[in-house]
Amino acid sequence: MTDSIKQQFEVYSNALRIRNNRNEILASNIANAATPNFKARDLDFEVELANALSVGPLKTSKDGHIALASKNLPGKVQYRKPLHPSMDGNTVELSIEQTEFAENTMRYQTTLNFINSKLSGLISAIRGE
Amino acid sequence: MDIKNVYKIAQRAMGAQLVRLNAIASNLANADNIAQNPQDAYKPVKPVFETKYFDLIRKRGISTVDAVTVQKMDIEPIKVFKPGHPMADNEGFIYKAPVDVEEEYVDMLEASRQYQNNVEVITTIKALMLKTANMGK
Repeated sequence: MTDSIKQQFEVYSNALRIRNNRNEILASNIANAATPNFKARDLDFEVELANALSVGPLKTSKDGHIALASKNLPGKVQYRKPLHPSMDGNTVELSIEQTEFAENTMRYQTTLNFINSKLSGLISAIRGE
Repeated sequence: MDIKNVYKIAQRAMGAQLVRLNAIASNLANADNIAQNPQDAYKPVKPVFETKYFDLIRKRGISTVDAVTVQKMDIEPIKVFKPGHPMADNEGFIYKAPVDVEEEYVDMLEASRQYQNNVEVITTIKALMLKTANMGK
């Protein structure tokens, strides 16, 4: 195995960063749950992670390039499509935001657990015990 | 004050909800107020909420909420005919504050729920950050 230790953590560090970004966006949605005309937003974790690891949809760097049709582009915070639109133009549905926040938190902790297991594995490999 | 992190988002949202709760409290406190003429009657107040974006990087979708102003509602006071009342005017009318108590109660419940939601966000994020700081231990 030729991977450096840093490379072993690349996925996890990116995942943590994106999960943290998503937490901030979801917190913003929860904060604005009562603001008229506020539109709830969210980002696509899978697309963001694939972009951070330079895998996934074809990247375009010049005007002549034709991008592959992809629904969600990386780096774009999307607007949530409300299940039950409300009359004041606010698209925050607390039940959805709360569950998304809970899920995101849980996945953040899972990623942390992965890192911790990886670290203890590496440490025991270094110690040779 | 700019939005530095997720704590600020929840903090300011809680502040806005507190303004709302204060407005509700003063409405409820003045619900039975009686005035001698329509101009002096108490008018219920309502805060106006406005989304505040994280200015520099608006695209990131990070925002919080501020109660920008507290406005007096444009409702006519309730005119009641009570000739014997000490506050009655020449025609025998008194003017009651037009506070819809039920509406205020529902508003109060909503405001306190949303305050709690923001507290929940802070608690969760705090736990996450502590766990992150203890990574590898």
